[in-house]
Amino acid sequence: MKGLSKSEAIFKVVAHTFLIIFALMCLYPFVYAVSAALSGRTAFYTGKVVLFPVDFQLDAFLTIVKTKRFWVSYANTLFVTFYGTIWALVLAIMGAYALSKKRLVFRRAFNFYLVFTMWFSAGLIPQFLNYKATQSIFETVGIMDDKWLVVIAMGMAAYNVVLLRNAFEGVPSEIEEAAIVDGAKEFQLLTKVYVPMSKSAVATVALFFGISRWNGYFWARTMIRNRNEWPLQVYIRDQLEEIAAAEYEATTTYAPNSLIYAMIVCAIIPIIIIYPYIQKYFAAGVNMGGVKE
Amino acid sequence: MAATTQNKPGMVLDEATLIRDDFEKHYWKNIGKRILKDWRLYVMLVPLLLVFLFWRYMPMYELITAFKNSDTTVGVMERDFVGFQHFYNLMFGDASTGFWQAFRNTFVLSFYGLLFGFPMPIIIALFFNEIRSNALRSTLQVAVYLPKFVSLVVITSLTSMLLSGGSTLTGAQPGIVARALMSIGMVPQADAWVGMMSNPGYFRTIYQVTGIWETAGYGSIVYFAAIISISPTSYEAARIDGATKMAQIKHVVLPGILSTITIMLILEVGKLLTVGYEKVLLLYSTDVYSTADVVSTYVFRLAGIEAGAETNQSMGSAADLMNAVVSMLLVVGANTISRKASDTSLY
Repeated sequence: MKGLSKSEAIFKVVAHTFLIIFALMCLYPFVYAVSAALSGRTAFYTGKVVLFPVDFQLDAFLTIVKTKRFWVSYANTLFVTFYGTIWALVLAIMGAYALSKKRLVFRRAFNFYLVFTMWFSAGLIPQFLNYKATQSIFETVGIMDDKWLVVIAMGMAAYNVVLLRNAFEGVPSEIEEAAIVDGAKEFQLLTKVYVPMSKSAVATVALFFGISRWNGYFWARTMIRNRNEWPLQVYIRDQLEEIAAAEYEATTTYAPNSLIYAMIVCAIIPIIIIYPYIQKYFAAGVNMGGVKE
Repeated sequence: MAATTQNKPGMVLDEATLIRDDFEKHYWKNIGKRILKDWRLYVMLVPLLLVFLFWRYMPMYELITAFKNSDTTVGVMERDFVGFQHFYNLMFGDASTGFWQAFRNTFVLSFYGLLFGFPMPIIIALFFNEIRSNALRSTLQVAVYLPKFVSLVVITSLTSMLLSGGSTLTGAQPGIVARALMSIGMVPQADAWVGMMSNPGYFRTIYQVTGIWETAGYGSIVYFAAIISISPTSYEAARIDGATKMAQIKHVVLPGILSTITIMLILEVGKLLTVGYEKVLLLYSTDVYSTADVVSTYVFRLAGIEAGAETNQSMGSAADLMNAVVSMLLVVGANTISRKASDTSLY
């Protein structure tokens, strides 16, 4: 702390203390969830579990692993995340590419058309009626699985398109000209030049789409009628309500809440695994998206 | 330059007009040709435009249900127009008690969100700027961004379990966070045992604290980027003048990130009325409607989406329309004020 004035030194100490405590608070619930899922019934009930598992048991996890509906919902989430991300990403990349071209006629109008949806959205009921109508149209053309409704109709975000467009605008025009001389058409230009040159923006947007698909709850809950098509989030919420309402039975080695904790842990494991690799893109992505019309 | 403009305003104007006219003539003249030449670009753009048309703009058309009678046995088109009847009912009729309660809660929740939630990311960014060790800073950043990537269902499930009440039947103690708050005296023992989630007195605090926990770390990214782009020489100048840390923050850092703060503030103001209904829906229960029910959740129940009956779409649409229009006015208003006062604006 050499060369610091007194007030600067104090501020530094406060900053370090605060951030370390805040970071621990951000992590604690997840650590606790793992421990609670692995702790024995009595230890959990009597509040002995604070940081580490007490009376270790694996039954809660094993019960979840053996529950067929859990895996069905897990597969549904993977389905929605995979196809939903691809669908939204491909449309956003192609659209953003076109919008990044100064020569595009009506460019300003198209931009406004997208950005307007960020300031004005119709709201819950109109959106619901709209999805209902879409659902019945999908049914008449033979798409009975409501997961496709979630994949196709939901999840597009103007913000992500703006972010990609800004990145494409940053690609030097000389490179484009060189590629055109080589005889590249728009589509080759996009896939061979623009996307590789904007890798971090594309990755960021892919992750924004992916995370929101993985975490999506409300519309999936509202629009998916068949329980077997429910994604994980809807299933977890349903189980939470069911366990809260369930009668007390002392037949298991774990407390009912441990089941929910185990489910939560299973639900966030994929995110925790990829998170360290992806978080740097988010910092870059957020800063690129200077939201200008 | 300024002198020229003052002396011959007419001429300058004429030139500008000429150039513009020429450009516009040119613009419209070859438009068909230019569109045809770039047909590939339009092919790439159209799918995106259609997605927005079908699922962002068509719902706006559905807002028309707000002005039609609420007979759900026939399609929206066949229903009669009833003018502003639903708006009137909402504000002064049977539904008004619940509506105004929800309206008040919406404002209180967003106002507190702005008051406590808005400064937090800025403070965290200021603090991150104090950490010289890159390794420590990145580690802490990884930790504080994490909650943002976890789903609302997980966050609200954790919240309700960590704050749950105790039970004499099972011998269960209250949730661990409830017990911690109890032991430091922030929550009376009786409340912790009954359960904080079913106590209307705690809902707003729970909502704000979990909100800060969830988003403040992630929200600091944009401010941190702005802070590190401030030139180090401005700090040095202030330090040589003997400015205290607080004075440095006030005179160097805050002015340096003011435009970022303004933009974020306008964005937040625009979201005032759209408080995260998803989170409220996941957190609230009948017990806490008095402080927790917001316009969106009220509309949600009013329209009976949950029950599948879809009873009062019209009144729900009316509330949605009011919400959307007021939100829009807030953004435009905040943006106009900001542009006049500081030259910073969203558009």
